Amino acid sequence: MSTPYYVSPEQIRQDKEDFVRRGIAQAKEVVVLEYRDGLLMVAENPRKTTFKVSEIYDRIALAAAGRIAEYEALRVAGIRESEIKGFRYYREDVTAKWLTNLYSQHMGAVAQAWDAKPLEIELLVCEIGTTDASTSAGLQRNQIYHIAFDGIYSEEEKYAVIGGRATTITEILEQDYSDELEMSAALQLVTEAFQTVEAEAEDDYEITPETIEVACLEQTAARRKFRRLSTDEVTTLLS
Amino acid sequence: MLELDDYGTSNFFQILKRRHPELLATLNSPDSTSSVRTTESSLRPYEGTTVLAVVYDGGVIMAGDRQATEGYQVGERRIQKVYPVDRHSAIAVAGAAGPCIEMAKLFQVEVEFYEKTEGVSLSLEGQANFLSHLVRSNLGLAMQGLIVLPLFAGYDLKRQRGRIFKYDAVGGRYEEDDYYAIGSGGKDARTTLKKRHTPEITRQDALEIVAEALWDAADEDIATGGPDLIRKIFPTLYTITEEGVAEIPQATVEALYRDLISRL
Repeated sequence: MSTPYYVSPEQIRQDKEDFVRRGIAQAKEVVVLEYRDGLLMVAENPRKTTFKVSEIYDRIALAAAGRIAEYEALRVAGIRESEIKGFRYYREDVTAKWLTNLYSQHMGAVAQAWDAKPLEIELLVCEIGTTDASTSAGLQRNQIYHIAFDGIYSEEEKYAVIGGRATTITEILEQDYSDELEMSAALQLVTEAFQTVEAEAEDDYEITPETIEVACLEQTAARRKFRRLSTDEVTTLLS
Repeated sequence: MLELDDYGTSNFFQILKRRHPELLATLNSPDSTSSVRTTESSLRPYEGTTVLAVVYDGGVIMAGDRQATEGYQVGERRIQKVYPVDRHSAIAVAGAAGPCIEMAKLFQVEVEFYEKTEGVSLSLEGQANFLSHLVRSNLGLAMQGLIVLPLFAGYDLKRQRGRIFKYDAVGGRYEEDDYYAIGSGGKDARTTLKKRHTPEITRQDALEIVAEALWDAADEDIATGGPDLIRKIFPTLYTITEEGVAEIPQATVEALYRDLISRL
């Protein structure tokens, strides 16, 4: 029997992180930001049936950058676990914090397994706040959790960006974001940020209503807060 | 921990059956051979009574009275028997109240789960067929006297009309073209609907005959609750159209009944 080579834990971690970073670097960005009536989610995505932003539960949505197949499995698992929890207890007991922990544990376990490749995705778990104090959750602010490939997560305020050029877009938002934006203004802000980073890129990706995916969690909706915006709606909002 | 093995299935009922059978205590009862008949024992579950559906020009109305009985006693005065399922369908239930509500809830979750995982809504026909399986899975309890009978209605976006499906205790699924009513006062409600329903009936006329049918059911059947003008409890009515499912406000239902009473 041969003795296995010794590799330090730091080295293993670094290797995995480099590997994932190369994958994520190519991923197009997804932006989530607070606007007057809730949370707006915008992604660069020219496809019409494969989405990067999707509905998980009544008040919760999931956005992802990276490998679609890996995200897809987590998306469906999230819906399933949420529905089971809501069925067992009560719909209001399903929270973004709980779901984030679930994803975090899973992604962390995969990232640490010696025989598995870490997931090449980043997630944003978003939950729209409650303005109605009579619910069990009481008054609550919007919540955005950013989960990295290794399961480490952080709570973001007002807006969050994932994808290859997240840092550049975050810088733009830091400059131009303001509270209580109308939906159209919020959408314009994001598309302008996308245009700025695309103008710097070599292969110019044109930002039009057809090439972005837009969804929102809106306070005015009934039980299910998630809604996808049609291309027509996006065109109207941008004009 | 997240289990990713279930990826392929959009069937929530299956997942619960395998992973959490304890959550399906009644709907998944294996004990169909038991000779215990709850109706003859001391166990007296709440029973829901009359629910109905009526097709009109532009959609379908679904309605139910609000009373649940416990033998010859009133068990509950404000029970809900009609539940919206997705944007274009609703389910109404009659029978043992506990399993009825469980079935309606599970059915609603199932349809929504399908929609979210697949990214498209389950067709109305698909929903009606799935409900058949749920009714059949309750057969064990039905044999013991805890029967659950749903009535299912929706607006078929492809065919551009309201549709009604009724079920028998073994899961048989039958479509009705114009109206149907089930539950202890179902027969009385059907008699009224039979006399008053016309093919191209308008929404307003349909609302009126629904109110009248439930009135007649309450009049003839002791288990069915009529409009309660003192406590302000009125039957629940929902319309299902291309635009979606909408509950008729209780004030409007009250007006319907005040109008009906003034004409008696």
